[in-house]
Amino acid sequence: MKRSLMLALFVLTLAAPALAQTPPPSKPAAQDGFVPVDAPVTGQDTIPAPRLVAIAYGFIWVVIFGYVWSVRSRLAHVERELEAVSRRVPERK
Amino acid sequence: MVKKLFVPLVVVGAAMFAYAPFMILAAPYESTMGLVQKIFYFHASCGMAMFLASFVSGVGSAAFLFTKKPWADRWAVAGAEATVIIGLLVLVTGPLWAHKAWGVWWTWDVRITATFVMWMTFNAYLLVRRYGGPGSERLAAAVALFGMANVPFVYWSVNVWRTLHPKTSVIPTLQPGMRGTFWFCVCAFLLLTTVMVMLRSELEKRRQELDALYLAAED
Repeated sequence: MKRSLMLALFVLTLAAPALAQTPPPSKPAAQDGFVPVDAPVTGQDTIPAPRLVAIAYGFIWVVIFGYVWSVRSRLAHVERELEAVSRRVPERK
Repeated sequence: MVKKLFVPLVVVGAAMFAYAPFMILAAPYESTMGLVQKIFYFHASCGMAMFLASFVSGVGSAAFLFTKKPWADRWAVAGAEATVIIGLLVLVTGPLWAHKAWGVWWTWDVRITATFVMWMTFNAYLLVRRYGGPGSERLAAAVALFGMANVPFVYWSVNVWRTLHPKTSVIPTLQPGMRGTFWFCVCAFLLLTTVMVMLRSELEKRRQELDALYLAAED
């Protein structure tokens, strides 16, 4: 009895990640290729697509410019330090 | 040569990056996903740029392990940092698209999970470099090789396993209105990645010079 209970618990533990996963939609959208249309799909739109698209593009712009700015400022800091140290170190002959 | 190329690359890359949204707006809508599919143009381009950056890091690391040349280490660090930054863009824009297209923010799909593992590997590289102490460059280089080895797996996984993620066949079968816009965005991102890697590599070069100066000061 105890053994079967342990076995059941073990199987459940293994199956937990699979059970916890959200079930995929029955027909996934456009997996093999995209079909273009002139106008966007209309109908009941519960999730606002324009907001998602704006967040995605805004995030990319902010991260790219933030990173370039960060590298530039780190570079400027190292340049200043390099200059200060090279003034202290005498020329090696 | 590299310094001469830097400014033109920045100008062209920034101009393309600024113009890309206009092309994306003009591109046709996808029949089942509508507007949200337009995230694809930057999301997939970021994915390609991430692969490029990881190759730079992996090849630089391999060169560093075999030759111990400082330039190789510089490219390895620069590539790894670019992989982490661009990987973050991939991992954030993907769920924004998925939320609308699949109804979930995240699913442990093989492509998504493999990308996440690859991103974590390059994060591990940077952590080893930051906190590993003296000699951590060689250990980090081995980590970068594992990160780069993930690339074919990430790319091909959608064709092997059952997955929600669009397959690799999407890109070669893009219709003309979408194809031009997509490849324009890819070029913009590859140029920007090149600029980011060059800039970060220059920073690492300066740091190496600074370390050498400090050592000279101690002597």
